[in-house]
Amino acid sequence: MYRRDRPLLLRSCPAALYNNLCVLPLPASGLAQFALVHGSNCELLSAVPSGLPLSQRLLHAKEGAGLNLPLITQAYWCVLPFRVLLVLTSQRGIQIYESDGSVMVYWHALDSSDAPPAQALFARGIAASGHYICVGTWSGRVLVFDVPAKGPNIMLSEELNEHRVPVTDIAAEPAQGQDCVADVVTADDSGLLCVWKSGPEFKLLTRISGFGIPCPSVQLWQGSVAAGFGDGQIRIFEASSGALHVQINAHARSISALDLAPEAGKLLSGAEDSFVHIWKLSRNPDSGCIEVEHCHAECVTDTLVCGARFCDPKGSSFAVTGYDLSEILRYSCV
Amino acid sequence: MSVRTLPLLFLNLGGEMLYILDQRLRAQNIPADKARKVMNDITSTMFNKKFLGELFKPQELYSKKALRTVYDRLAHASIMRLNQGSMDKLYDLMTMAFKYQVLLCPRPKDVLLVTFNHLDAIKDFIRDSPLIVKQVDETFQKLIEVYGCLSAGEFQLIRQTLLIFFQDMHIRVSIFLKDKVQNSNGRFVLPTSGPVPWGTDVPGLIRMFNNKGEEVKRVEFKYGGNYVSAKSEGSFDLYGDRGLTLGTNMYSMSQPVETHVSEAPKNLPLNTSKASPAPNPLAKEELNFLARLMGGMEIKKTSGPEPGFRLNLFTTDEEEEHAALTRPEELSYQVINIQAAQDQQRNEELSRIMGEFEVHDQPPQNTSKGDDLLAMMDEL
Repeated sequence: MYRRDRPLLLRSCPAALYNNLCVLPLPASGLAQFALVHGSNCELLSAVPSGLPLSQRLLHAKEGAGLNLPLITQAYWCVLPFRVLLVLTSQRGIQIYESDGSVMVYWHALDSSDAPPAQALFARGIAASGHYICVGTWSGRVLVFDVPAKGPNIMLSEELNEHRVPVTDIAAEPAQGQDCVADVVTADDSGLLCVWKSGPEFKLLTRISGFGIPCPSVQLWQGSVAAGFGDGQIRIFEASSGALHVQINAHARSISALDLAPEAGKLLSGAEDSFVHIWKLSRNPDSGCIEVEHCHAECVTDTLVCGARFCDPKGSSFAVTGYDLSEILRYSCV
Repeated sequence: MSVRTLPLLFLNLGGEMLYILDQRLRAQNIPADKARKVMNDITSTMFNKKFLGELFKPQELYSKKALRTVYDRLAHASIMRLNQGSMDKLYDLMTMAFKYQVLLCPRPKDVLLVTFNHLDAIKDFIRDSPLIVKQVDETFQKLIEVYGCLSAGEFQLIRQTLLIFFQDMHIRVSIFLKDKVQNSNGRFVLPTSGPVPWGTDVPGLIRMFNNKGEEVKRVEFKYGGNYVSAKSEGSFDLYGDRGLTLGTNMYSMSQPVETHVSEAPKNLPLNTSKASPAPNPLAKEELNFLARLMGGMEIKKTSGPEPGFRLNLFTTDEEEEHAALTRPEELSYQVINIQAAQDQQRNEELSRIMGEFEVHDQPPQNTSKGDDLLAMMDEL
């Protein structure tokens, strides 16, 4: 059972975009940092679990070419082996900051040269795997950046060209042991999921076809891919083979965010139907197949949920953002 | 973000505008021939081929202010005049109505059905003018051509772009409050019951499979809502049952004449200035857009014996003037006068909300209403 905690008041309401909340727990100081996007800005807040926001910062989209103010599509903290970086994706490109947003360390402008005329240009989908940061784009291309232990010498290492429509989300999991099956999964607007092994050269391991329904959010846990779809379904696949293990009729509208609490195998789903659900994932010891149990349903009344994140790796607390909602809602286990 | 959003935004807002004008023309007892002329003139200007050609070009959305200027022009395409206060209220009603329709669309693609509902109703308004009906039909065909084969992902991007456009708009509309589709904080009610969208299953079922793809376990769970399956998909043809009421005329017969517009109280603690860091380039780009768009608008000059008239969206001139005077440029707070005592007694909730507003002393708005494009640009 979860109960509502004190919400965090925001300067402005989050945009109705996918995965519009990122949480970075800072266990050393007992604080947590929150990031969400609204228009051309990214709002950063830090707070103690049940307290008022302690500090706030507003980051702006870098303008680049063109006169309109570009929209930011996503903000995400990439936890790398030696550093944490905050990545912002926008209609113009990719901005990478130190984790508190104080300094921009890298800027990558999107290449618009081969864009067809009626195409919206943007970057969207961010994940970190080892010392690589992967970012998706409107063309389906996934850019892989190699990040040094410190300093601004981030380099574009590779471009992955498996997707043909805009990338929606990317997720990563630390490689588990020698027979590790997957590191990174990329998802797109057609529901196609690609599972990759990361490294100096990324290797495509599995392709799981979509049915034309977007996959706004995806997670990887112990060799299984959990994907949320625009028709409200959550599907869980075996990452190495692409076999479908679980199909959940989870929501009545498009899923907008998924998150994982890896230490507990808990999955959090938020959707446009105003519901947030928590699921427990486990592996059946006999069949080796993934099983799912529903744990908790939360109705965020009259709110189009656009972001949902666990605030700790055990999943004992979570936070939710919504369109037209001027606060971050927080819940914790009783 | 999506560069295909403007036609849908424009046509749906235009449709709402026609619904409201139609209702006010009847409420104000404007003679039938004058009312018909106004509806015909505005509709034929809206569906002018050259104008629509500009509209359908792939482009980013512009600000609410820039778009408002286009509707200002459109509303004055005939012998009717609107004062500033009424024009503000008209635009507020139009935008909140379409925001509501976009939010409540079951599937992103259903925004096209909402558009078709508007066009179906418009065709009925101007059914006595075959030339204008033909213009609307051609627009139908253009919509089917452009949007008919877009993917679910592209429609979702259009939906997200529209919701970004309507962000930060929380104006309370009495029709919505009365029908309980809007809360007193200005947010819309999202129902958790009724039919699921076409193509979605009713929530509540977990199916588990083995490696051979055979179902091995089936578990139900309580999802917290009360949904049923969708009966059928709406029609995307020129004629057909659209399958949803969003986008149909909510001002017809059964609704009372008055609609009140008020800004919801804000509870944001900090500075809520939304000023862009570089306002000038944006305004210039918008001026170019407006010039292009209006260049395609063929406004008939009001020559000849037909005398003009003024439409008032309020019940008295004093109310209208008061609304205009007390409305700041930033659209923050707005004082509403509810006219009749019987309304207040009937609707205590609304009265309580009205009592929560502050009055801001603001200098009167510049109400110059020339047809001159430059004059309108000055108001931006």
